[in-house]
Amino acid sequence: MAILNNPKYEDRIQWHLSKYPDKRSAVMPLLYIAQEEYGYVSQEGILEVAQLCDMDPTQVKSIAGFYTMYSEKPKGRYWLQTCTDLACALRGADEFHHDLLAYLEIEEGGTTADGLFTAEHVMCLAACDKAPMLQCNFHFMENLDLAKMKAWIEEKRAELEKQSK
Amino acid sequence: MEKHILLRGNDVPNIHQYDVYVQHEGYAGLKKALGMTPEQVIDEVKASGLRGRGGAGFPAGVKWSFIPKNEPVKYVTVNADESETGTFKDRLIMETNPHQLIEGALICAYAIQAKAVYIYLRGEFWDIAHQLDQCIEDARRHGFVGQNIGGSSFSCEVYTHLGAGAYICGEESALLNSLEGKLGQPRVRPPFPAQKGGGLYGEPTVVNNVETLTNVPWIMVHGAAEYKKFGTEQSAGTKLYCVSGHVQKPGVYELPFSTTFRELLYDICGGPSVEGRSFKALLPSGGSGPVVPLNDQVLDTRMSYEDTAKVGTIIGSASLIVMDDSVDMTWVASKVTKFFKHESCGKCTPCREGTYWLDKVIDRIMAGEGRPEDVKLIENVAKNMAGITLCALGEFAANPIIHTIRQFPEDFNRHVAAKTETRPAAGKKTAPAAGD
Repeated sequence: MAILNNPKYEDRIQWHLSKYPDKRSAVMPLLYIAQEEYGYVSQEGILEVAQLCDMDPTQVKSIAGFYTMYSEKPKGRYWLQTCTDLACALRGADEFHHDLLAYLEIEEGGTTADGLFTAEHVMCLAACDKAPMLQCNFHFMENLDLAKMKAWIEEKRAELEKQSK
Repeated sequence: MEKHILLRGNDVPNIHQYDVYVQHEGYAGLKKALGMTPEQVIDEVKASGLRGRGGAGFPAGVKWSFIPKNEPVKYVTVNADESETGTFKDRLIMETNPHQLIEGALICAYAIQAKAVYIYLRGEFWDIAHQLDQCIEDARRHGFVGQNIGGSSFSCEVYTHLGAGAYICGEESALLNSLEGKLGQPRVRPPFPAQKGGGLYGEPTVVNNVETLTNVPWIMVHGAAEYKKFGTEQSAGTKLYCVSGHVQKPGVYELPFSTTFRELLYDICGGPSVEGRSFKALLPSGGSGPVVPLNDQVLDTRMSYEDTAKVGTIIGSASLIVMDDSVDMTWVASKVTKFFKHESCGKCTPCREGTYWLDKVIDRIMAGEGRPEDVKLIENVAKNMAGITLCALGEFAANPIIHTIRQFPEDFNRHVAAKTETRPAAGKKTAPAAGD
């Protein structure tokens, strides 16, 4: 599909374009919509956003590249970003992240073979009192430990298995 | 000890809901402001002594008074980019008392006669932004957002805008660039945001932190004199202190500026998190402020702008990262240096290159490859970053490492000494120097 002329996004796109006196300001919210549609910021998405915001595609691409929350390659269904910054690290976030990667059997930034999980570490997420924590597809999961994560991961794996049957 | 001007959700359940908020003075400050002239509102905020809570502590009313009156288009931008390592207070305000932020922003908008408010949230506050959108719609339905607010001739829109993961967008001119759909990199100043040509879309703009603006409705309702009863002479009111690291009860606590570090860290947070350990060090303002040893002198210092300066640090955004005696301070410096290296936006050469070199040298030190002359090298790099970048990130970036060497030389020297013991015989190639 596409985000242009897609009834699923029409209202949201119009809303974002109406918020600002200059269409260019809508580039960030519209890149999120493109990412939602394609699973990452694809070349098609960049061209569509450029058209909507009246920008050069190169400019849109530079915006997508500057900010860490836009991904220019496909991710797993669940994109896990663990904060391992100082405050979280003081409460065991480095060890937590290391164990999480080991449990998923992936390297930093890697995706599991079943395409379910991508995991990486990120800078401060403003939840320092609830470490270890991570954001999963931009929603926070807090006060974690490996046992909790294992249970959650297995739950998601079971869901996938059920769907594929 | 706690006094809730901002975290009123602690006293009033469900104050995040519009109906509950209006039953508890909600939008009364805005109504009162609308009955005054914009100048009177600015004077009241000036008289309250309210200072910017994002870190710099600039007097809010004075900032508002810089906006030229004869310009037809003006904006308010709320800085909700909260990304300083160890800071998680604005998030709590927006989650538990969002209407008070919206009301405060609207009072500011009235005071400078702005046509719109943009709340710039860090991208990770995805859920919070959607809740705020709902609150804005609730306020709109009751006539507090949009045309003819509260039946007056004043009209103003309020919008949220999500960033996408860039610490630098908490810097006000980078925030404005980001909001305009450009790369989030700082601008050359002057012109400053308050001036024509310097603000959002080139129009005069006030940029205030979430916490700053959330104080404003209370000041309007209760008056500047009442507000000044809390805090110290130069630091009026209460402050949200974010405590993380090695304490028993981390969290956000709202306290008058007159509270001491000891009262917060021992009486409220319960002391060190592990029995038998003692406090070693404190970063009082996230990664940006100078680290200090947590000794009696610091513990008995009031957490105000003026008092923290006396012990060689800042209160800034009041993001207290507490470390006990198990922590190697060189590791802390390394963590924070990596943060700044990652978050340097790349625009100014001294910061882009300087953070890279600082990280490289400290990695070498952590690997036991440090050299006594590295201290001089670090100081040289820091000197060449200070005061010559467009924003303060370049200044802040050298802080962790410089102050660690100054305050905790034993931790630093231990790594360098470890190297000395294992130094290969002369003539053999050692670890690469910073310039290699």
